[in-house]
Amino acid sequence: MSFDFQAILPELFVFTVASIVLVVDLYLPAERRGISYGLSLVALAGGAMLAAAGFGGQPEITLNGMFIDDAFADLVKAAVCLVTLVVFVYSRDYAAQRGFYQGEYFVLGLYSVVGMMVIASANNMLVLYMGLELMSLCLYALVAFQRDSSLATEAAMKYFVLGALGSGMLLYGMSILYGLTGTLDIGALREAVAKQSPDNLALVLGLVFVLVSLAFKLGTVPFHMWVPDVYHGAPTSSTMLVGAAPKIAGLAMIIRLLVGGLEDLHLLWRDMLIVLSVLSIGIGNLIAIAQVNFKRMLAYSAISHMGFMLLGVLAGTTNGYSSALFYSLVYAVSSMGAFGMIVLLSRAGFEADLLDDLTGLNRRHPWYAFLLLLLMVSMAGVPPTIGFFAKLSVIQAVVEADLVWLAVLAVLFAVVGAFYYLRVIKIMYFDAPVEEPRPVEAAAGLRFVISTNACAMVLLLPFIGPIQEVCIRAIESLAR
Amino acid sequence: MDGHLLSMLIWLPILGGVTVLATGPDTNAPVARKLSLGISVAAVLLSLPLYTGFDKTTAAMQFIEHASWVRTFNIYYSLGVDGISMPLILLTTALTPIVVIAGWEVIQEKVAQYMAAFLVMEGLMIGVFSAVDAVLFYVFWEGMLIPMFIIIGIWGGPNRIYATIKFFLYTLLGSLLMLVAFLYLYHQSGSFSILEYHTLPLDINTQILLFIAFFAAFAVKVPMFPVHTWLPDAHVEAPTGGSVILAAILLKMGAYGFLRFSLPILPDASHALAGFMITLSLIAVVYIALVALVQEDMKKLIAYSSIAHMGFVTLGFFIFSAQGIEGGLIQMISHGFISGALFLCVGVLYDRVHSRQISSYGGVANTMPVFASFMMLFAMANSGLPGTSGFVGEFLVILAAFQVNAWYAVLAGTTLIFGAAYTLWMYKRVIFGDVANKEVEKLQDVSTREVVFLALLAILVLGMGVWPYPFLEVMHVSVENLVVQATASKL
Repeated sequence: MSFDFQAILPELFVFTVASIVLVVDLYLPAERRGISYGLSLVALAGGAMLAAAGFGGQPEITLNGMFIDDAFADLVKAAVCLVTLVVFVYSRDYAAQRGFYQGEYFVLGLYSVVGMMVIASANNMLVLYMGLELMSLCLYALVAFQRDSSLATEAAMKYFVLGALGSGMLLYGMSILYGLTGTLDIGALREAVAKQSPDNLALVLGLVFVLVSLAFKLGTVPFHMWVPDVYHGAPTSSTMLVGAAPKIAGLAMIIRLLVGGLEDLHLLWRDMLIVLSVLSIGIGNLIAIAQVNFKRMLAYSAISHMGFMLLGVLAGTTNGYSSALFYSLVYAVSSMGAFGMIVLLSRAGFEADLLDDLTGLNRRHPWYAFLLLLLMVSMAGVPPTIGFFAKLSVIQAVVEADLVWLAVLAVLFAVVGAFYYLRVIKIMYFDAPVEEPRPVEAAAGLRFVISTNACAMVLLLPFIGPIQEVCIRAIESLAR
Repeated sequence: MDGHLLSMLIWLPILGGVTVLATGPDTNAPVARKLSLGISVAAVLLSLPLYTGFDKTTAAMQFIEHASWVRTFNIYYSLGVDGISMPLILLTTALTPIVVIAGWEVIQEKVAQYMAAFLVMEGLMIGVFSAVDAVLFYVFWEGMLIPMFIIIGIWGGPNRIYATIKFFLYTLLGSLLMLVAFLYLYHQSGSFSILEYHTLPLDINTQILLFIAFFAAFAVKVPMFPVHTWLPDAHVEAPTGGSVILAAILLKMGAYGFLRFSLPILPDASHALAGFMITLSLIAVVYIALVALVQEDMKKLIAYSSIAHMGFVTLGFFIFSAQGIEGGLIQMISHGFISGALFLCVGVLYDRVHSRQISSYGGVANTMPVFASFMMLFAMANSGLPGTSGFVGEFLVILAAFQVNAWYAVLAGTTLIFGAAYTLWMYKRVIFGDVANKEVEKLQDVSTREVVFLALLAILVLGMGVWPYPFLEVMHVSVENLVVQATASKL
C-alpha cells in the first residue's frame, strides 16, 4: 500500500508551511513579523489553490480507507482556506494594536485550518474526531490569546469546557455506533446501518449522542450557551476565526457523519434537526433583539443562521445538502464582513463592539455605513443580496421536502430577525453621531478587503448559478 | 439596442443612482441634483418607445428579454410588458423627475444619498412592473424596501424611525409569505415563470392557501382595510418626495400584484373569496373615507384618502369584468398623479410654515393665489370631478359594480360625497377665509420650480380626464385576456 501524497497535498502544504512559520518566527525580530504573516497567507492561498485544482476529479478513498478525496472535500478545503486568509488580513493591524501580533497567532490559525481540512476529508470516525480536536484546541487557544483580558480568558474557559463536553459526546456516540456495527469506517458504517432496523434503540442512542455533539459544535439551541460568551469575550480577530470557517467545517462534519454514514436513519435525524433548527431560528432571533453589544448580537444571529443552514440539511435531498453548503459559504463571507467592520472601526485601546459605537456612522463614514448596510441586509436575507438567495435555496429545499409549515415558520422568524438587522441600519443612518468624526486608522489593504467583502453581497448576484452548481457537484460527488 | 429597452430602463436609473452617490458630500450637491435630473429625464425619454412601439392588438408579453440567471433553480432574468404593466412603467418614469425637482431646494442634507435612493427606487419599480420571472419580481419587489426605509428614516419627520420600521416589517412579513407561495408553485411546476403559473392546474384548497399568501403581500402593499395602519404613519413621516413615490407607485404595486398573480393564477380562489375582497374594498371606501374626514393633519388626510381610493381599485378588480378592471387600472394611474400632486401641495406649504396641521393655516389664497388655484384643481380631481382623471376610473368602477350588485355601486358611490367632503373641507379650511396668522401672512407664492412640477401634474390630470382613450386603448386587449383567464376555472 503506497502512501498517496497526491490526495492529501493541500493539508500537507498548509501543515508544512505552518510548521515552517512556527520555526522561522522564533528567529524573527518583532519588526520583521511581516514574514510570518506573509508565509501564513502563502500557506492558505496555496492550500486553497491545491484544493481547488483537485476539484472535480474522481472520488478517491486512500490512506488505508481513512481519507476520502472528493469534490465536496476539495470545495470545503478551498473555502476554509480562503475564508481564513481573509480573516488573517483583517486581523493583522488589530492584533498589532493589541500586542498579540505574534507568529503563534498565525500558526494556531493555520493548524486549526488543517483540522478543518481533515474533517472535510475524513472517511473514518476517528480521523474526523482528530480533525475536530485539532481545530477546536487551536481555537480555544486563539480565544484566550489576549492573556490579560479577563473576558477573553473566561470565554476561552467556557469554550474549552463545553467544547470538551461536546467532543466527549461525539466519542460516546461513535463508540455506541462502533459497538453496534463493529466498524469506524464511515462507508462500512453506512452498509452496516442499512442492515439494522431503525427501531434499534441503541442505534438511536448513538445517533442522538452524535447529533448532540454536532449541535454543540455548531452552536444550535439548546446547545448554544457558549456562543454569545465566546463571540463577545474573544478578541474580535479570534471571533472571526471561530465564527466563519468552522461553520463550514461543522457542516462538513454533519455531511460526513449524517449523510455519509447515517443517511438511512434520515427520518430519525430529520425530526431531531427540525427541533434544533426551529429552536435556533426562533430563540436566536428573539434574543438577538435584546442585545446592546454588536458582537453578542452577531452571536445570536449566528445561532439563527445555523438553524437556517440545518433546514437545508434536514430536507435530506441533494438539493437540500447543496443549499445548506451554499448557505454556509454565504454566511461565512457575510459574518466575516460584519466582524471585519468591528475590526476596522476599532482603534488601539478601543473596541467598537457596542451597537452605540455605530451611532451616526453614515455621517462620519458614509462608505463604511453603506458596506455594513449591505452586510446587514444580506444577513437579514432581503434581496437584492446574496443572503436572500441563500435563504431562498434552503427554504426551497424545505418546501420540496413537503414541510411547508416549517418554511412558513422559518419565514416568520426571518421577519423577527430583520428587525435587529434593521436596528443596526437605523443606528447608523438615523441617529445623530455623539462624537466628532475620527479618521479610520485602517490600512489601505484592510479597506480594500472589507469593501470587496461587503460589495460581494451584491456583486456576486450574477454568479449565483455557477456557485450553486459547484455546490451541487460537490454534493453529488459524495459516496451515497 | 431595442431588444434591451426594459433592461436599460431598469439599469439606467440604478447605475445612475450609484453614480450620483459617488458625487459624495454635500459640497457637490449641485452636481448631484443636476445629474439626477438628467438621468430621470433620460429615463422618461427612454420609456417613450415603450408606448410608441407597443403593439395594442396582442395580450402577449412584449419587449421580451430572456436570459438564464440561476440555472440550478430555473431562475431566469426574464422581462416583458403587456398592456397592464406598460402604463405603470410610464407612470413611474413620469413621476421621478417631478420628485427630483420637488426635492431640489428642500433637501439640503445628504443630497446625493437622497437623489440616489430615488433613482435606485425608480429602477427597481420598473423592474417590478416588467419582471416575468417570480424570483426576479421578488428581488425587485423587496429590493425597494431598503431605499424607502432609508428615505423615510433619514429625511422624515419627528416620528420617522417608528414609522419606517413599521413600514419595513409590515411589508416584509407579507412579502415573505408570497415567497413561500412562489416556492410552492415552483415545487408544483418546476419553473419560476409567471406565465407558466397562469396555466398551472391547482385544486381549490391549494388555491385558497396560495391566495391568502399572496393576499398577505399585496393587501399590505395596497393597503387594504385591516392591514392599512402602516400607511398613515409612513406617509406622515416621509419627506414629500417619499410620500409621492409611496402613494403614486408603491401602492400600485400591490394592486398590480393582484392582477398579475392572484386573478390569473388562482381564478377559482379569487371567485370564492371575491365577496371577502369586495367587502374589504367597500369598508375601505366608506369607513376609511369617514376616518379621513376627521383628520387634522393634511398628510394623514391624504393618506387615508389614498386608502379609500385604492379600495376602489380592488373593488374594480374583483368584479371580474373588463370594465371594472380597466376602471381600476385607470384609477391607479390617475391616483398616482393626484395623490402625488396633493402631497406636493402639502410639501409646498410645509416647506414654508413647517406644519402639516390644518389648523395652522387659513386664508392661504390671500397670499398664495397661484398655489391656491393649482391645489383647487387637484382637490377637485381627488373628489372625482368630471373632466379630471379622478372621475374616469371611479365612474367605470361604479358602472361595472352596478352590473353585479346595485348595493356595491351605491356604497361605492358614497365616495363621491365623502371624497368631496373631506377634500374640499380641508381645502376650505386651509385656503379660504381670512388670513389666519402671521405665518400665513408672510407666505410667498410658488416659485418657478414649484410651478413646473405642479403644472406638469395638472396637465396630466386634466389630459387624462378629458381624453383617457390613449390609456384605455393600450390596456384593453390585455385586460380582456385577463378577464378570460380570471373567469376560466382551473379545477
